[in-house]
Amino acid sequence: MTNVAYYPGCSLHGTSREFDESLRAVAAELGIGLTEIADWSCCGASSGHTTDHLLGVALPARNLALAEAQGFDTVVAPCAACYNRMSAARLAIATEDGLAEQIPDILGHPFANSVHVHNAVELLHDASTIIEEKVAAALAPNPLEGVKLAAYYGCLLVRPFEVCGYDDPEQPTSMDDVINACGADDVDWDMKVECCGGAFSVSRTKSVLRLGRAIIDNARAHGAEAIIVACPLCHSNLDLRQKAMAQRGEEPMPILFVTQMVGLALGLAPVDLGLGRHFVDTEPLIARLVQQAAERVAAEKLAKEEAAAKAAARAEKQKVGAAAGTSGGAEGGEAQ
Amino acid sequence: MSRVGVFICHCGENIGRTVDCEAVAEALKDHPGVAVAKDYKYMCSDPGQQLVKKAIEDNDLTGVVVAACSPHMHEKTFRRACDQAGLNKYMCEMANIREHCSWIHEDRGEATEKAIDITRTIVEKVKHNKPLESIRIPVTKRALVIGGGIAGIQAALDIADGGHQVVLIEKEASIGGHMSQLSETFPTLDCSQCILTPRMVEAYQHPNITLHTWSEVEKVDGYIGNFNVKIRKKARSVNEDLCNGCGDCQAACPAKRIPSEFEAGLGKRTAIYVPFPQAVPNIPVLDRQNCTLFKGRRKGLAKVACGKCKEACLKGAIDYDAEDTFVEEEIGAIVVATGFQLYNIGREQPEGLKGYGEYGYGEVPDVIDGLQFERLASASGPTAGAILRPSDGKEPKTVVFVHCVGSRDPEKGISYCSKICCMYNAKHAMLYKHKVHDGRAVAFYMDIRAAGKGYDEFSRRAIEEDGAEYIRGRVSRIFRDGDVVKVWGYDTLSQEQVVIDADMVVLATAMRPQDGVRELAQKLSVSTDEHGFINEAHPKLRPVETNTAGVFVAGACQAPRDIPDAVAMASAAGAKVMSLFSADELEREPAVAIVNENTCIGCMNCAKVCAYGAIEQREICAVDGHVCGHVAYVNPGVCQGCGTCQAVCPSKSVELQTFTDEQIFSEINALCYWE
Repeated sequence: MTNVAYYPGCSLHGTSREFDESLRAVAAELGIGLTEIADWSCCGASSGHTTDHLLGVALPARNLALAEAQGFDTVVAPCAACYNRMSAARLAIATEDGLAEQIPDILGHPFANSVHVHNAVELLHDASTIIEEKVAAALAPNPLEGVKLAAYYGCLLVRPFEVCGYDDPEQPTSMDDVINACGADDVDWDMKVECCGGAFSVSRTKSVLRLGRAIIDNARAHGAEAIIVACPLCHSNLDLRQKAMAQRGEEPMPILFVTQMVGLALGLAPVDLGLGRHFVDTEPLIARLVQQAAERVAAEKLAKEEAAAKAAARAEKQKVGAAAGTSGGAEGGEAQ
Repeated sequence: MSRVGVFICHCGENIGRTVDCEAVAEALKDHPGVAVAKDYKYMCSDPGQQLVKKAIEDNDLTGVVVAACSPHMHEKTFRRACDQAGLNKYMCEMANIREHCSWIHEDRGEATEKAIDITRTIVEKVKHNKPLESIRIPVTKRALVIGGGIAGIQAALDIADGGHQVVLIEKEASIGGHMSQLSETFPTLDCSQCILTPRMVEAYQHPNITLHTWSEVEKVDGYIGNFNVKIRKKARSVNEDLCNGCGDCQAACPAKRIPSEFEAGLGKRTAIYVPFPQAVPNIPVLDRQNCTLFKGRRKGLAKVACGKCKEACLKGAIDYDAEDTFVEEEIGAIVVATGFQLYNIGREQPEGLKGYGEYGYGEVPDVIDGLQFERLASASGPTAGAILRPSDGKEPKTVVFVHCVGSRDPEKGISYCSKICCMYNAKHAMLYKHKVHDGRAVAFYMDIRAAGKGYDEFSRRAIEEDGAEYIRGRVSRIFRDGDVVKVWGYDTLSQEQVVIDADMVVLATAMRPQDGVRELAQKLSVSTDEHGFINEAHPKLRPVETNTAGVFVAGACQAPRDIPDAVAMASAAGAKVMSLFSADELEREPAVAIVNENTCIGCMNCAKVCAYGAIEQREICAVDGHVCGHVAYVNPGVCQGCGTCQAVCPSKSVELQTFTDEQIFSEINALCYWE
């Protein structure tokens, strides 16, 4: 059992509660201990770091320092913005002159910058062997087996490379690996790292609709049945705004958090994964997948039985043939 | 007793402004062993040299110190003057009071003091100089040219026309290099093959040129004028003496679907093949990797899996059991002209480089590189010169050209400009518009770098006469959307995002040195830069020489080069080789290490540290002829006078003739004793 500090940030306590719920459920299943950092505060995303660089470093540093003081060496920050701010602060303190000395002064307690920051994708990617094992061992048929899913990374999960550094910034594959670990098939599509419009959802909704439409259309064109995300803002832009994007009565495209996907593969109940909280209804997709899985398993079972029956029949026939062959051999012996 | 003459130069104002030259002369006048000390405005001028010569004669000087500029600048000048005045030229030394003193200091008093100190140290050194003789080494008047592209061909022809033997080696099956793949060339739009193939044939038929294709340099020993080069002739499986180039083997070969390297993957070839119809020599090679027979052999099949080419060959030239052979050549000078390769673009990259995953190269068939476009536009190419896109063979109506893919992008590991892309993009846009009149050519560029004769006019022509649309900005993503290739970019002049539904995209990729150039450089003891390009000896004044004497460089293996540059470099390298071959012996300065065989203990530490491989072990024989020990021997032809051996010798038995321990200690003493 690995133990990591958990930094939910504002989104996972608010608009993206299903990300929090599914992460906790999946972590428990995979044997990852999550301890929420006591007394955590805002990561400073957008408003903090656009106001002042030092403020933008000090705010996430406070949370990192708390995790460090509480004895952790790794923090999981599932929200892409939190993750990016914390990683950026960590890098700044490590590389910028004077910051390492200045920050403890500002925080009012010592800070050695010793805590690593992971996002949800990294956490699950590291656990992908366990996921594979658990999925294989699950009793219920895996509803995701062979399902085509598009991994959508957005901007902050893998960029800038100096800050994130765990995956290719233009063609990332870590979330695709997690999709494959769940038994599903990753879709090779073009909009993996394109912009969802971010916080312009409020001020320039039209732009966000245009960007989101391009992403969803491309995923659909490449055969995806759902888009997998790991950022609350990406999720809200693609999920909440999707109704306004639809132009020609297309089938809605369910947007799932990566943790929800893993949860489904592990056989957790949709309700425990917060799958009922989405604007694009996930119910029809899940129902269809579960049914498909059941049919597939039934068909496999039938095929197996038929094969067994055939094999038995063949064995029977051979037995008879062999008996005839033996007698034939005996005749040959006589002739000699 | 020494009688040293000291001559202090003002170098106009260069030294005189900061150093009181008269005071320096005055101070040195009374230095022990100095017979005469004079200052003069320009010592290197004719009257200045006369002054030195006259002083040598009048005072019967035993040594001369010229306190002036760096020895790189005028040591030769003053040594020649001493020689003319009857003094051994190695008794003359420079004291550098310009670069090491006047140019870098401001305080006149202190600079003068320092100039005096510098001059004194050299006076003390000169007192211990011994008359030396220049080293003479014989020259083998045969050149090796490595690489049979346009640069190598040009260098080989120039040297051969000058009356000297040339060995030209090429690792591919035919000479011609990248130029043979091009359609037309900027800025005149001549057909590349039409101007190149006559040269290829000329090189092949030249009585002074020995051509080895399908060959590589295995090993290089020796030194300037006296290289010994071992050449590996890779197994061709075709006897070059018997083959008459009829092509029956190619026609008979059943493996016909191998991507052709010459067609940049856009065409197919057979397993036994001549890379292109105009190949020189017109002798096929058997690609054993893709040959059915060899595939069978690798699988361990008992029966012969194919053999059609051998059956078809009426000359009996095909030999499946041929092995690599080696040729050794005595060589006097080497020209390296190994050329370039293109950057990979996609995910697969060598160490240190990153790719452009977002451009879809290798995944979207209609995203191609510049060389592939050359093949599409070439009359001898897979489409016979029609511009047709690879995916469905349709004529593309909108083509996007992207400049600087890889080049000038330190993020991807290549910070340099590849130099030729601005021009060939303009050419591609032109060729496309000439062939598809109703087509649209769009180019995304960073800057237009069209420095060269007729170059800017050419790229303007693409825009103004042929109507290519130039957008200043980068492309962020290229992907396939149904039938079209979507290009997302940004126009930095109008500050707007641009989306183009293209039918085909051509990426102008960076030029990189060929694979294996580092290994070759190691064999030749020449250095490469961080990207693997071969370093020239001096970026301005010695552009075609390398740091290893007798090894020259030409073309795109030194830096990105276009055809005129490569040809000019090749001719320059050829001229350098010819000047080397103009004498029967080479004269070298005696700045080499000498081993004292009486004290050498034969530990060979010196050989281990010698960067030039100049030191070998020699046997010492007693009077009766039996071997009684070993000592080190420094080959004066190879030694570069670095002094590393001198530093590691435990028995103090090896010394640079021009920097003996005695001389160096005297210099140090001079600094310590005189105030």
